Amino acid sequence: MPISSYLLPYDFSPLTLLSYMLVLGFYGVALLKMPEKDRPGSGRIITFTLGVMLCYGVMQTRFDYYSQYMFFVHRGQHLILHHLGPILIALSNPLPVMRFWHQKMSRSLRYWLQPVGWIYRVLQQPFIASFLFVGLIYFWLWPPIHFDAMLSRQLYWIMNWSMLLDGLLFWWLIFDPRSPAITNALGYGKRILLLALVAIPQMILGAWIVFSRGMVYDVYEVCGRAWPMPPETDQLLGGLLTWIPPAMMSIIGILIVLRRAMHEDGKFLRRRSLAGGNA
Amino acid sequence: MNRTLPLWPVFVALILVGCAGDEKSWHGKDISGLMPELEFQLQGTNGQPVTAADSKGTIRLLYFGFTSCPDVCPTTLTDLRRSVKQLPEQYRDDVTTLFVSVDPRRDTPERLASYVNFFGERIVGLTSEEPALRKLAKRYRTTFGYDEPDASGNYNVSHSSAVYVFDRSGSARLLLRPGLSPEQISEDLAQLARESG
Repeated sequence: MPISSYLLPYDFSPLTLLSYMLVLGFYGVALLKMPEKDRPGSGRIITFTLGVMLCYGVMQTRFDYYSQYMFFVHRGQHLILHHLGPILIALSNPLPVMRFWHQKMSRSLRYWLQPVGWIYRVLQQPFIASFLFVGLIYFWLWPPIHFDAMLSRQLYWIMNWSMLLDGLLFWWLIFDPRSPAITNALGYGKRILLLALVAIPQMILGAWIVFSRGMVYDVYEVCGRAWPMPPETDQLLGGLLTWIPPAMMSIIGILIVLRRAMHEDGKFLRRRSLAGGNA
Repeated sequence: MNRTLPLWPVFVALILVGCAGDEKSWHGKDISGLMPELEFQLQGTNGQPVTAADSKGTIRLLYFGFTSCPDVCPTTLTDLRRSVKQLPEQYRDDVTTLFVSVDPRRDTPERLASYVNFFGERIVGLTSEEPALRKLAKRYRTTFGYDEPDASGNYNVSHSSAVYVFDRSGSARLLLRPGLSPEQISEDLAQLARESG
């Protein structure tokens, strides 16, 4: 097979292609037009682009074919859509770009977009966000639901998009670059707690898949595998991918948040006490 | 507000009845609405093109396999033949089995013909060039793959182990997973034949 066919989508989705083009387009235009002092450095730009392209890659290249017909590749796909891609995007701190476009919006557009803000604030309640984060993984891996999702093209697309959007929401909550000391972003302690809390159910689910004797996800057996591989091996690898990397990412996340908390320790304290003293 | 309160259990009960009332029970997996209707253009064992229209009005059982298949394909096809034989007599001619070989390199029309004839009369052997097979497999969210050939040129083929059941109008209705007995399959087919007969 020629190399180009590996880069072309297995199941072409115009809406997906358009969304990615819009995201990269808006990001690029903002970079060019924003004032020099706000512009993210090249490291951040590369991180953002890498995160976006990783997600695009698992959705619209040959990778998607293997994800549909191999359980462990499917787990890898969700690892990128729900964890790695959104983590990179959130860490790249695209806040200046979002601010740029927010300022460019007309007043009426901002008015009409208000409900989006409300929904966002509800979804970013720490309890709801972590419940959604873990709940979606459990929901789509619930064997009967998983079976239907792999059989129906619509459900399959809903599954992948819901994982990506939820991943972005959750990791943005965790890596929100605004300091909780001076904004209403989530406190660092709570962020660490959330990361630890969401890791546990993922580890339980992964371990359960790994140690299951029977076939938990027979849809890959029913629908044929991309290449002949023993079903037990496929399930074992898929279980490990559900179990270990997400737990590791939680730990890395905790370390990153800790480092930021230590850097900021005392930094905003003086200002606040000054303000308190004035009052 | 207070007056409608006692009515709530009644509403809930009605909703539950509404959900359960229409439900038919199947042994196979109900895939109504999950998959597109039956459509294909492949080559028959006589080399002529065959489409879904050729078997219109019958219940279609679509199965992907290959004739060198060691165990799964013969077992499945035998089970299908037995389940059709157990149907009430008036429905026995209303079921067409479509055996699609995903191994066109080895499965020539002649070889396919002698293979399917072994499994009864109302079974159609089909195959095509690989791209057309890939297209059909993708439409039904399945795939197939080839192992490396061994020293004597034999190779294993991974393929779907399920049977797709389409009703008389060509809508996808059931997915028969491996493990169903011929009796169970027969009951499902009879129920399907009755509803649209």
